[in-house]
Amino acid sequence: MAKVVVLGAGIAGHTATAFLKKKLGKKHEVIVISPSPYYQWIPSNIWVGVGRMKEDEVRFKLDKVYKKWGVIFHQAKAVGIYPEGDVKDAKPYVIAEYTSEGKIGEQFKIEYDFLVNATGPKLNFEATEGLGPKGFTESVCSYSHASEAWKNLQHVFSKLEKGEKQKIVIGTGHPMATCQGAAFEYILNVAYEFKQRNLSDKAELIWLTNEYELGDFGMSGAYVKRNGYITSTKIFAESVLAENNVKWIKRAGVKKVEKGLIHYETLAGEYKTQEFDFAMLIPSFAGAGLKAYANDGTDITTRLFAPNGFMKVDADYTPKTYEEFNVKDWPETYQNPVYKNIFAVGIAFAPPHPISKPQTSPNGTSIFPTPPRTGMPSGVTGKITALNIAEWILKGDDSLKHRASMGKMGAACIVSAGFSLTKGQAATMTVNPIVPDWEKYPDYGRNIKYTVGEIGLAGHWMKLMLHYMFIHKAKGYPFWWLIPE
Amino acid sequence: MENKNNPKVYYEESYPPVPTKSVKFWRSCVIWQIYRFFVLNYKVMKIVAFGHN
Ligand SMILES: Cc1cc2nc3c(=O)[nH]c(=O)nc-3n(C[C@H](O)[C@H](O)[C@H](O)COP(=O)(O)OP(=O)(O)OC[C@H]3O[C@@H](n4cnc5c(N)ncnc54)[C@H](O)[C@@H]3O)c2cc1C
Repeated sequence: MAKVVVLGAGIAGHTATAFLKKKLGKKHEVIVISPSPYYQWIPSNIWVGVGRMKEDEVRFKLDKVYKKWGVIFHQAKAVGIYPEGDVKDAKPYVIAEYTSEGKIGEQFKIEYDFLVNATGPKLNFEATEGLGPKGFTESVCSYSHASEAWKNLQHVFSKLEKGEKQKIVIGTGHPMATCQGAAFEYILNVAYEFKQRNLSDKAELIWLTNEYELGDFGMSGAYVKRNGYITSTKIFAESVLAENNVKWIKRAGVKKVEKGLIHYETLAGEYKTQEFDFAMLIPSFAGAGLKAYANDGTDITTRLFAPNGFMKVDADYTPKTYEEFNVKDWPETYQNPVYKNIFAVGIAFAPPHPISKPQTSPNGTSIFPTPPRTGMPSGVTGKITALNIAEWILKGDDSLKHRASMGKMGAACIVSAGFSLTKGQAATMTVNPIVPDWEKYPDYGRNIKYTVGEIGLAGHWMKLMLHYMFIHKAKGYPFWWLIPE
Repeated sequence: MENKNNPKVYYEESYPPVPTKSVKFWRSCVIWQIYRFFVLNYKVMKIVAFGHN
């Protein structure tokens, strides 16, 4: 009997678990270690943050689903990996710490034959002084943060209703933060909510971003076919913001937040401040902070993980300049190069380098987005890894024939811009591939035939449909496997 | 100082294209959007299907 341990039950880990169990059946063990009792469909947190959905609509308890699937679940967080075992036993194992009530902090050991690291990002609020729910800004990165944001947004509504002016700043809270798409969705939804309440005239909305140009989204922007033109996402993003009366500050790296005041440095090297009454800024992301040890107890964390805490996989990590970046640097199998039975999927894998052009201010501050790894690549990497491991276990085939590079994979990004079945809107954008391939597509870096850039009610219906479809899939309801990642 | 004569030029926000009434109409016209819903789903599915092997 083989034992597969999956760390994390987010989009990547949960998808991997579902396919592992489907393929491996009862003969092999699948064990999940994740600190939260819930699965959450993170993209819909935006709607929690504007009061259009409740927490329970975007999350469900994992234990019931895992019980049905025959998956062993530990509500715990992994803290250490021993890929060579220890001096007494060469069997690799993980040390984890319970997070469930009554057992908090208790450590335990779990042996594995295969390990899937799907621990996603650590929301690194500490990297920016004063950032986040424990500081002075909001977040929508988890359902509880989004609920808190909604609570505080309602105070803004009351002040606006009383005729007070309010400054709302939304964007990135660190010079190298990514996930601009989520913040972009949030600002458009907030703008929509103001409009619905006739409060727009008193609210000043500001988009604050570390992007060189708007629409970069950490993937060096893109081109989309639109109304007979090939348009850059810069124009697309600026147009959407202008239409919603949102001003913007770009090339800005947030360094510190105080009550009502954001301190940022611009790419030109100036130090500036921005006042706010309500701010939602995305933090920088780091790896989950797992440590790794050799069998004699030596710390080998740097052998498994990149300095940012994400796990090294089959990418080319040779330091390169922007001009040398190549689509072939991106991983395909997500296998750790040293320990072949360890894989890292979703946000947990270390990207070889940024996709956006690195930019540095005269003061030496890097101000540009790190690469995003959105829901679709997270699900896809989870799935192909599960299929590869299952074939290895069942057929002894270690060729890892299922492959998915972000340099080949496309992505659809549906940016919600208002929640209503008749008046809602979303901007639907597609790119293919996610990482530009300038050899294959010398004009635009991507296949322009497969691009879409369209705003409309249909986008909102799609986003809502995806919400229900993905929750159906994650709960393992009938025919879940037919729903693509 | 606020420019009362030319308040809406030479600002970043004054350059991008903004939609006309007709564009806004089609964006929320239910019949047209039902059609677009199927077109967009088809396009997205094509991308999802060819992304990995
Ligand atoms: C507000 C918001 C909106 C978004 N909208 C979209 C969208 O519309 N479309 C899209 O494609 N993408 C979107 N994304 C991105 C998408 O949510 C991520 O790409 C996706 O969640 C990444 O999946 P993951 O499994 O790698 O990480 P996560 O989903 O973050 O999952 C990580 C898991 O690991 C667990 N974990 C953490 N530490 C440990 C540990 N030490 N041991 C064990 N387990 C651990 C966590 O509890 C969690 O279960 C959005 C993101 C945000 C924040």
